[in-house]
Amino acid sequence: MSTAMPETIPYDEALNLFEPVFGLEVHVEMGTNSKMFCGCPTAFGGEPNTQVCPVCLGLPGSMPVVNRTAVESTIRIGLALNCTIAEWCRFARKNYFYPDMPKDYQISQYDEPLCSNGYLDVTVATAEGPKVVRVEIERVHMEEDTGKLTHTGGATGRIHGADYSLVDYNRAGIPLIEIVTKPVAGAGHLVADVAKAYVAELRDLMRALGVSDVRMEEGSLRCDVNLSLNKPGSPMGTRSETKNVNSLRSVERAVRSEVERQSALLTAGGRVVQETRHFHEDIGRSTSGRSKEQAEDYRYFPEPDLVPIAPSAVWIDELRSTLPELPSAKRSRLEAEWGITPFELATVVNAGALDLVEETIEAGVESAAARKWWTGELLRSANDQGIELADLPVTPAHIARVEALVADGSLNDKLARQVFEGVIAGEGDVDEVIASRGLAVVSDDTALLAAIDEALVAQPDVAEKIRSGKVQAAGAIVGAVMKSTRGQADAAKVRALLLERLGVTDA
Amino acid sequence: MPITGSDLTRQTAAVLAEAIRTGEASAVEVTQAHLDRISSVDDRVHAFLYVDAEAAIDSARSVDAKRSAGEVLGPLAGVPLALKDVLTMRGVPTTCGSRMLENWRPPYDSSVVERLRAADIVILGKTNMDEFAMGSSTEHSAYGPSHNPWDLDRIPGGSGGGSAAALAAFEAPLAIGTDTGGSIRQPAAVTGTVGVKPTYGGVPRYGLVALASSLDQAGPCARTVMDTALLHSIIAGYDPRDSTSINAPVPNVVAAAAKADVRGMRIGIVAELNGEGYQAGVAQRFRESLAILEHLGAEIVEVGCPSFEYALGAYYLILPSEASSNLARFDGMRYGLRVGDDGSHSVEQVMSLTREAGFGAEVKRRIMLGTYALSSGYYDAYYGSAQKVRTLIMRDFASAFESVDVLVSPTAPTTAFKIGEKVDDPLAMYLNDIATIPVNLAGNAAMSLPVGLAPEDGLPVGFQIMAPPMADDRLYLVGAALESALYDQWGHLLIEEAPAL
Repeated sequence: MSTAMPETIPYDEALNLFEPVFGLEVHVEMGTNSKMFCGCPTAFGGEPNTQVCPVCLGLPGSMPVVNRTAVESTIRIGLALNCTIAEWCRFARKNYFYPDMPKDYQISQYDEPLCSNGYLDVTVATAEGPKVVRVEIERVHMEEDTGKLTHTGGATGRIHGADYSLVDYNRAGIPLIEIVTKPVAGAGHLVADVAKAYVAELRDLMRALGVSDVRMEEGSLRCDVNLSLNKPGSPMGTRSETKNVNSLRSVERAVRSEVERQSALLTAGGRVVQETRHFHEDIGRSTSGRSKEQAEDYRYFPEPDLVPIAPSAVWIDELRSTLPELPSAKRSRLEAEWGITPFELATVVNAGALDLVEETIEAGVESAAARKWWTGELLRSANDQGIELADLPVTPAHIARVEALVADGSLNDKLARQVFEGVIAGEGDVDEVIASRGLAVVSDDTALLAAIDEALVAQPDVAEKIRSGKVQAAGAIVGAVMKSTRGQADAAKVRALLLERLGVTDA
Repeated sequence: MPITGSDLTRQTAAVLAEAIRTGEASAVEVTQAHLDRISSVDDRVHAFLYVDAEAAIDSARSVDAKRSAGEVLGPLAGVPLALKDVLTMRGVPTTCGSRMLENWRPPYDSSVVERLRAADIVILGKTNMDEFAMGSSTEHSAYGPSHNPWDLDRIPGGSGGGSAAALAAFEAPLAIGTDTGGSIRQPAAVTGTVGVKPTYGGVPRYGLVALASSLDQAGPCARTVMDTALLHSIIAGYDPRDSTSINAPVPNVVAAAAKADVRGMRIGIVAELNGEGYQAGVAQRFRESLAILEHLGAEIVEVGCPSFEYALGAYYLILPSEASSNLARFDGMRYGLRVGDDGSHSVEQVMSLTREAGFGAEVKRRIMLGTYALSSGYYDAYYGSAQKVRTLIMRDFASAFESVDVLVSPTAPTTAFKIGEKVDDPLAMYLNDIATIPVNLAGNAAMSLPVGLAPEDGLPVGFQIMAPPMADDRLYLVGAALESALYDQWGHLLIEEAPAL
């Protein structure tokens, strides 16, 4: 009689038993205007097969030409990741047959990558406070993306069992950067957090460098997660490679689920098969793909249609001088300047609002107010429309103007929100919206006193309470006045006038 | 040296161009004469896979119109040309001699075709070749072999046998070939015509359907050295669409052909390409040519290139390796042949069935060789070693060119062999290229020109001249001098002795 073995062991329990080693291969689509080896545009979402030419379709006789901007972006990434930039490197062909590959080989780099041996420090939160972990980088290289297959019919949406498949080669030839870490050991229970933090840091780095806008929902950053477990003191275990891990949350979940799966296998006396696994976003787990034990032989050899790349020291120095302040340095600086915690800053970063908040503060707005607008009201509006904050028509200058008007009492918070509503709706700039919507605070005492009297008549019992000293009841009258003035009154002023009118003083 | 007689098809390209410029003949007349010649002989020669008479006449007419409008015409404007079927031409079938591309019409022009068009050269059609340029006889064409105009039972060489046969049959005065291991020079040798493999990178490869990217080079073919030079100067020069093309001025090959002077030059006989293994008549005409060059004022010396011994072996690892990758794209997915797409086969099966049906035996043989040579665990022993040999061969050339201006050898070991004689013996076929291959491995320039008939079979013999990279002009200095001396000796060009058909 055998007892059924559990399919998984809970994450923390598993990591009490085993030490994890992970490695990540991250592919990022570069934001160049044209493709890696031809002049076709790289814009996302075009009609299928409209952004193609003989080169990216791999037509017989066509030849690749390297995109200089892509090489520069790769070198800049390498420099930002503290890599050595090769004095001389080549492209290589990776040969395999697949219908999304126009040439049935991919132009990539193999044993001669452009950048190698770097590192990226990432910060993870622990019970004892933030902890910095150094992730070593094996290599950074360039390659071309494949086309995109859509499988129609069949149950799985995958190629096997499909009735037919459609190929869109618009994506074929889009420049990709591949960033490969060395094996990262010693993360213990933090392994999933470190993996996720590393990808988040890379994403921020790409954005800061301006080499990619990293729109994960468009598949412009894709991860392969390698993971193995070993008993403490034992050599590294057999790894699995989980593909199709395409969001930060998925990176974390892919690591967690693989820790849970492998630990159960190993605990039951089984062994981990070296294989490729496929991650499913919907269920948060991976399933077995092809076994790598009969490793695919890609027959790499130097690409004979291209000449080697030999970046000069002068060129590299020029590129080094274009590096912006990197995200980790910028975060430390802003935390200090704005006087906020790492957590508060993370809220800004995650909203994609860092630059906007910074510019807003430079425009004269208080840090708290700048952060409040961009990570609150405006972020909600952007999310509702499914666009980035930066794509809203609201600018840091708008916020500065609104805040100035709030400060001098011309607007209140509620009116300010209505102003932004108007700006977002395309009704013009701040002053135009105020004028056209008539949003100025009512500061005419006579008008306000009339409204107060009206409210007192309508609610005599409340009026009586206030007169008898229950000042806290004043809120009901103030509310009624605000309502009758459609929010355009200054609530504090209404309250003062009301109390004065009834001859009571604030307790 | 004008070819006498009034038949327009027997003139040199230079003479035809001059006649068209002066109005002595119209481009339409010249083109029509060649189309008529094709109609009357090509059923026997089979040089062409495709002739577009209408398009050819149209472009000839536009040349005549330019002339009428007073435009200055280029040096070969209005002259007809035969294009090897391995170069793309917009809207015109480009089969590479393969079933795989039987109905493929490329949507773009190759660099070479763009330049031919810009020079107002009239493209008659596409010429036959061994499938994907793999072979030395055109017998590996999926559309049947071409025949040598000197003896229709014999091969016209390969892979560019169609282009060479078209020249020798007077179907065109100019042709374009491509040379990966001798595919311009060996056909030139066995058909009594002239062919040049320019320096690697000298003529852009954009639009040349790749066999082996690091070896392939398109080049000019004609019946005289000067015609070859004129065509060379039109197709050569940098094109940013080919990253391996050389961004430097093209050597002045036309001036060199006009100069035709070897006085004071040092000419090296490659010891390893002289001796055993050459047909008696080939060796004899080679020796006689050396004597002529010496008489013309050149100094003849012998130089050793010890690594040439390994050239054939290295070549048959590098070429198949690159070819196995270059030919992967013929998978039935996007263009060309597709077999098995009947709803009952998977995509892998369709790819496999298509490649099974679309490729001939020689292509499959080389794909398998290359796939093996690149395989993990064998790469270093095969592809890696072959690349080292390649470096050694470059060094042999470099050190030889320190002491001589050009190197020479017979172009091919034998004259044209009989159709069918070697088709089942790949090794015997490969040995045809023993003297031409080293140049491709090193990236040098080389020419073959006719130097007489072998006494034993009355068939043409080719003489090979090899120059350092970007010294293509030296080929023409030597070639034109030798051609001129032979012309004086015979009173005509060798090609005049070809049978009438």
